[in-house]
Amino acid sequence: MAESIRELEDKAKEVRRWIIQMLAEAGSGHSGGSLSCADVVTTLYFKVMRHNPKDPKWLDRDRLILSKGHAVPAVYAALALSGYFPIQDLLTLRRLNSYLQGHPDMLATPGIEVSTGSLGQGLSIAVGMALAGKLDQKDYRVYTILGDGETQEGQIWEAAMAAAHYKLNNLCAFLDFNKLQIDGRVEDVMNIEPVVEKWQAFGWKVLTIDGHKIEEILRAEALSRENKHSPSMIICHTIKGKGVSFMEGVVEYHGVAPTREEAERALAELQ
Amino acid sequence: MAEMVATRDVYGKTLIELGRENPDVVVLDADCSQSTRTAWFREKYPKRFFNLGVAEANMIGVAAGLALCGKIPFASTFAIFATARAFEQIRNCICWPKANVKIVATHAGISVGEDGASHQAVEDITIMRMFPNMTVIVPADGIETAKTIHWAASFHGPVYIRLGRAKFPLIFDEDYRFTPGVASTLFEGRDATIIACGLMVSESITAREMLIQEGIEVGIINMSTIKPIDRDAIIRASRATGAIITCEEHTIIGGLGSAVTEVLTEECPVVVKRVGMQDQFGVSGSPRDLLKHFKMSAEYIVQAVREVIGRKKRQ
Ligand SMILES: Cc1ncc(C[n+]2csc(CCOP(=O)(O)OP(=O)(O)O)c2C)c(N)n1
Ligand SMILES: [Mg+2]
Repeated sequence: MAESIRELEDKAKEVRRWIIQMLAEAGSGHSGGSLSCADVVTTLYFKVMRHNPKDPKWLDRDRLILSKGHAVPAVYAALALSGYFPIQDLLTLRRLNSYLQGHPDMLATPGIEVSTGSLGQGLSIAVGMALAGKLDQKDYRVYTILGDGETQEGQIWEAAMAAAHYKLNNLCAFLDFNKLQIDGRVEDVMNIEPVVEKWQAFGWKVLTIDGHKIEEILRAEALSRENKHSPSMIICHTIKGKGVSFMEGVVEYHGVAPTREEAERALAELQ
Repeated sequence: MAEMVATRDVYGKTLIELGRENPDVVVLDADCSQSTRTAWFREKYPKRFFNLGVAEANMIGVAAGLALCGKIPFASTFAIFATARAFEQIRNCICWPKANVKIVATHAGISVGEDGASHQAVEDITIMRMFPNMTVIVPADGIETAKTIHWAASFHGPVYIRLGRAKFPLIFDEDYRFTPGVASTLFEGRDATIIACGLMVSESITAREMLIQEGIEVGIINMSTIKPIDRDAIIRASRATGAIITCEEHTIIGGLGSAVTEVLTEECPVVVKRVGMQDQFGVSGSPRDLLKHFKMSAEYIVQAVREVIGRKKRQ
C-alpha cells in the first residue's frame, strides 16, 4: 500500500498511463471521465479502503461502487496495480472473452463490486449495501463515485433521500464534478447547480475539494468518518481528461479513445 | 364451495414465518405496505423492514445492494410499479448480476378491479419473462402462494412472484407440493387441454365442469412457473389432446399464451386459442364483472374450448 502523498501521486499517474494504454489498445472507451476520477480512485484503493486483493469477497471489506460505470478503466487499472489480476490483462479491455468488460461486470471481474453502466443506479445499490452493514453491525464503509451529468437522473435523488432517511453515515459519495457530459457542458445541457445546497437540502454532509489533490481527498474522507448521522457527499472539482493536455476540458474526448499517436503523446506527458 | 383467499394475504402471513426462520430475510416496500401486506412483517420485525417511499426504482436498487451483502430481500409493491416503473433497474441491477432479490408484486391483473387501467398490470409477465436469470411464478391459489414464497427464500437468484388483490377459491390442499419449473396436471383431458395460471386456473376448473355436461373432456394444467416453462408438459398435452387453450388475466402478447405457443410452434404445432387481455387496457369494475367484460370468465373459456375443438375437427 502506498504511504506518502508523493507515492499516491505517482500511483495516480501510473493509473492514468494504463487508462491511456488500455483505451488505445481497445480502440474505444471513455477517456475523459476515466481520467477525471483517477485521483479519487487511486486514493481509495491505495490508501483509504480496507480491502484484500487475495480475498476479493472478504466480508468486512470496504466497498466501492462506480456508479459512473463508463469510467471503469480507472478502476481496472487500480485493481490490477493492487494485485487483483495480472497487469498485462488490462490490454484485453473490451475484447471478446475478456473479463474486462466495457462497463463493470461484477460476475466477470475480481474486485468489481457491482455491475453498473446504466447511470443513476449505483447510489441506490450503495444505500442497500450500507443498510446491510448497519443491520449486520459491521464497520465496513461504502464508497461510490457519481458523475455530475449522472445526477440529472431522478433515481439519484430517490437514493439521496433514502440515505439521509436511514442516517447512513457509513456511506461516502464522491461527485466527479468535471462540468461536462456527452452533449456539452452540464450547465448548458441541464444545470445541476446549486450542487452544494441541493445535497445539503437532501440531508447530506457536504464537503467541497479539488478532486485532483490527494491531500484534499484524504482530508475530506477522514472528515466524512466523523459524521454520526448523515451520509457524506464529497464534491470534487475536477477537469475532464485531467493529465492529458489535449483532452483536458474537451467534451469530444468523453467517449473517444486516443489514437496510437495520441496515446504516445499522452504517455509522454504522463511520465 | 371452496374457501376464498387472497394471495397477498397469504404472502403477508408467509413473510412472518420466513422472518422467524431466517434472520437474513428483509422486506422492502414503496408505500404500499398496507395493501401488499408487508406491513404485517414490519409489525413483527421492524428492523428488517424498509419503506423506501414512493420510489420504486430506488427500492429495486436498494434491494440489490442488500442482496449483494448477503440479505434475502423481498421487495413488494403493486405489480405495475414493481415491474414497469423499475424495468431497467430489474434488468441491470438484479438480473444481470444475478442478485438474490425476490420481487413479489401484488395487485396484478385486471382482478385489481375498481382502481382501473392505471393500476391493472397486464404486462408484467411479459416484462419479467424477457430477462435472463429471472424465474417467473404465478401461483394459482393461496396454498401454492405459501409454497412458492418459501421456495423463493431458499433459492439463490432473482425471482418474480405475481400475486393478486382479490379473493378467489383455493384449489389445492396442504399436501400440494410445488416444484419450480414443473407444471401440475390437475385433470387429464381427451378433447383439449387448458393451460392456465393464477386465478384463471380456478376459472378453468369451473369451465371444465360446464363442458362435462356437453360431453367434452378437457385437461387442465396449472403452469405456475412461467419461466423456466415446463416444455415437456406442453408437448405431452399437445400430443394427448391436439388442442390447447391458454388462460391468463394478462395480455396475450408475451405472457403465458405466448410462452406456451413458442414451445408448441417449435415442437408440435396444434390448434390454439389464447384467452386473456386482447391488446387492450383495463377499466374499472368488480373483478367478477371485469372477467366477464374481457371475455375471460368460465363461460368464455367454454366458448374457446368449443372453438379449438371445432378447428381441430376441421383440420
Ligand atoms: C441511464 C443512462 N443514460 C445514458 C447513458 C449514456 N451515457 C454514458 S456517459 C453519459 C454522460 C455522463 O456524464 P457524467 O455523469 O458527467 O460523466 P463523466 O463526465 O464523468 O464522464 C451518458 C449520457 C448511460 N450510460 N446511462
Ligand atoms: Mg461529467
